[in-house]
Amino acid sequence: QVALLDIDICGPSIPKMMGLEGEQVHQSGSGWSPVYVEENLGVMSVGFLLSSPDDAVIWRGPKKNGLIKQFLRDVDWGEIDYLIVDTPPGTSDEHLSIVQYLGAAHVDGAVIITTPQEVSLQDVRKEINFCHKVKLPIIGVVENMSGFICPKCKNESQIFPPTTGGAEKMCQNLNVSLLGKVPLDPQIAKSCDKGQSFLSEAPESPATSSYKCIIQRIQEYCDQHHFQEEKII
Amino acid sequence: LFLFPAERSNLAGVRHILLVLSGKGGVGKSTISTELALSLRHSGKKVGILDVDLCGPSIPHMFRVQDNDVHQCDSGWVPVFVDQDKSISLMSIGFLLEKPDDAVVWRGPKKNALIKQFVADVAWGDLDFLIVDTPPGTSDEHISTVEALRPYKPIGAILVTTPQAVSVGDVRRELTFCKKTGLPVLGIVENMSGFVCPHCSECTNIFSKGGGEELAKYAGVPFLGCVPLDPQLSQSLEEGRDFIQEFPKSSAFPALAHIAQQILDGTSQQSS
Repeated sequence: QVALLDIDICGPSIPKMMGLEGEQVHQSGSGWSPVYVEENLGVMSVGFLLSSPDDAVIWRGPKKNGLIKQFLRDVDWGEIDYLIVDTPPGTSDEHLSIVQYLGAAHVDGAVIITTPQEVSLQDVRKEINFCHKVKLPIIGVVENMSGFICPKCKNESQIFPPTTGGAEKMCQNLNVSLLGKVPLDPQIAKSCDKGQSFLSEAPESPATSSYKCIIQRIQEYCDQHHFQEEKII
Repeated sequence: LFLFPAERSNLAGVRHILLVLSGKGGVGKSTISTELALSLRHSGKKVGILDVDLCGPSIPHMFRVQDNDVHQCDSGWVPVFVDQDKSISLMSIGFLLEKPDDAVVWRGPKKNALIKQFVADVAWGDLDFLIVDTPPGTSDEHISTVEALRPYKPIGAILVTTPQAVSVGDVRRELTFCKKTGLPVLGIVENMSGFVCPHCSECTNIFSKGGGEELAKYAGVPFLGCVPLDPQLSQSLEEGRDFIQEFPKSSAFPALAHIAQQILDGTSQQSS
């Protein structure tokens, strides 16, 4: 049973990617109902609270924090195995607030996404430092957009060149886990735009095997730590 | 009759101020800001870049000056010049960090205070263009920057998107931000628009195609052009080199030059 919480308040992309554009949130006695993609996958996003795709959420920090609090407090998720929180880029209000508000709960950790080039790694090193600062464990790093295989000639190109060794070198230097590398596949953008599952649409793609491998590693990490937690109890 | 001259604002010598915005992260705002500055310099203009992305300041690295320090003068902070000619100058929080990996973990109010300082206290001198590079979104940084710049009448904003709908969806909101804050929209750039394989020249639309142009049409704003994915461009940025100078034959060059030309045409129209 999975819940996906989108706390990118200014740029809520999750509804579109999940094929849930235009859906609205319903209130009941027990709180806000998540919007369900499938019986075991519920989603919440500010996107569901906007009436038009042109509506902008032009809010300063405190108002964004207030909504994040509401999302955590008022959404009736039910019993869930995984709560995944999608965040905007940065190390600011949203990030501080989510860590703070989830302080009483047990957060397994963070998965950090980067692309191979130094300009991206620069920012990700800061994100890793943020995690250390707020004592958020790091499950690992994913190197996205890692190489492109031309569909015609099958040669590989590094569109975002890893001039400083990519995520691999950074993870070595900072002693964090590299969960995997996902190559560029035009089908990914297409599936996201159509709101369909890329994994189902393109089961043979090298990107699909990468995703699956990464997801497995994340699950293993969570199972291991859950087991350790239980041992302590 | 002796009159004390009014204190000259640090932006008094800046002829045109423009913002580079996007609703979406990772679309290449800082790349476009950098390439626009280089293009304008090649047309003989003096350009400044104000980097108000406080959490992810990318501009210093793109000009290979990330290790530089910022000095003070009587009128405020001296911007960092990228070359001997002093034709491009920069200001970024990147120069103020003790270590490059230091995270700026600030909430809104602290960010707003620094942005106000950045707008008022950098001694730019005389510039033809001040390009303001922003983080993605429509929040503190954007509200504060627009408010602080309002008295200096920016000429407008360039909005950057990638072609696919997920990106366009966020940039639509950025257009609304511009409307609500009275910021004119100079146009939309569709970045990462197609990739030409260097081995066989086949063009693949990795991030789909056409979303930027459609959005411009829908919103009634100018479409400034498509910039293709170009590993030579990425490589140049990584190494802090002048792409415009070194790769005039590359696939991204005509698009970037065309965007700069439209900006120049727009401002010369204004003057006449």
